[in-house]
Amino acid sequence: MSATASPSLFGALFVRDLRLALRRRTEALLPIGFFVVAVALFPLGVGPEPQTLRQIAPGVIWVCALLAAMLSVSQLYSSDHADGTLEQLLMTGGSTTLIAAARAAAHWTLTGLPLVVAAPLFGLLFDLSATALRVLALTLLLGTPVLSLLGSLGAALTLGLRSASVLVILIVLPLSIPVLIFGSGAVAAVDAGQAAGPHLSLLGALLIVTALGVPPATAAALRISTE
Amino acid sequence: MTRAVLSAVPTSRPSVESTFTFSEPHLAARGLACRRGTQLLFEKVDLALRPGELVWLRGRNGRGKTSLLRLVAGISTPEAGEVLLDGTPIAASDERSRRVVYLGHQHALKDDLTSAEALEFLLRIHGRPSDRASVLAALEHWGMLAHANAWVRRLSQGQRRRVALARLVGETHASLWLLDEPFDALDTDGVQRLNALLLQHLQRGGSVLLTGHQATLAPALPARELDLDDCAAA
Repeated sequence: MSATASPSLFGALFVRDLRLALRRRTEALLPIGFFVVAVALFPLGVGPEPQTLRQIAPGVIWVCALLAAMLSVSQLYSSDHADGTLEQLLMTGGSTTLIAAARAAAHWTLTGLPLVVAAPLFGLLFDLSATALRVLALTLLLGTPVLSLLGSLGAALTLGLRSASVLVILIVLPLSIPVLIFGSGAVAAVDAGQAAGPHLSLLGALLIVTALGVPPATAAALRISTE
Repeated sequence: MTRAVLSAVPTSRPSVESTFTFSEPHLAARGLACRRGTQLLFEKVDLALRPGELVWLRGRNGRGKTSLLRLVAGISTPEAGEVLLDGTPIAASDERSRRVVYLGHQHALKDDLTSAEALEFLLRIHGRPSDRASVLAALEHWGMLAHANAWVRRLSQGQRRRVALARLVGETHASLWLLDEPFDALDTDGVQRLNALLLQHLQRGGSVLLTGHQATLAPALPARELDLDDCAAA
């Protein structure tokens, strides 16, 4: 027998999370359900004026996506911590960074990816152009993984604390502001006839930085939390 | 201050240690101390576990038995002292995942998985054989084959404990088992099965550190005691 190969550990965790989500469909669908309801309410509340809807659309969709991602993030490690799975994961000999990356990847697949697919559809409610819808999908594709990674860090930092679900939002939301600005800014730029390239480049840079930096930080937070 | 010397406290059980081969310690801990918040739970705990040895960790509730197991497993860091696995700090040892099996008080089983799926996941992350045949054989050993496709949430505490302990069935080499209350919730049949597994493990040169009630240990097991009440901080 040998120590768990890293790809095997990553795969085992990823598959398990997807399997658990399939078994807990209500919980898994909660973020996308929240997103759908929240986004759909804005046109009803603001009114049917197309110009106004087009102006607020990028911000509304991105804020709703951000809040939807936060809904499930506090549960990311708490269940594994409570039932002893986290201890077993730390005993595998595999990299804790890899464990953090696997959990964030699974979280994005379950919450971020559905938003990438659904958001352009709801962009139609706001009378967004086809180009703006494409850019919106692209910004969500680049930005939602950042939200999952930051959420993973917040969940690890607040593991075992009382009011963790509130604390994680207070920690993660300020860190998510650049994603929100560049994500909605790209769509707004297209709507104003400008290029979205700079915004998308910055979102891509944010994704690279968080993908490289956040999993090790999350791993350190997990080790501290399980002390 | 009482300094705990593990090997100095034999139980009153008939010793069969002569049937086992002793050599250099698998695991050695020196001067361990553990702090929980502002309270020092224990200090100056020395521990040596050699191949073929079983140590029963005892002490009053809250004395730090689980904390000591976690320290020895390398999951948490001691306030003072060190834990060495074959001379290497255990937390940094590349051999830890292969040589050490830790079963905590929590079962690490997910309610929304079946018994077989939950066991397969645990075996897989620890790099043990996790094919369907191995999983079913392990469950069968614990009389849980009929519950292989049952949701974990439908199992009783004793049945969950059996699924968690099924991890031990596939262990074939002389590893170190760290077991937190392994007899907890087991019925008489489960206790007998676990005692048989422990004896088999000791006979192949493995070692065991466990917490729990001594009354459940089989007389044939060469158990020694470490009483954490003797190591309570002043």
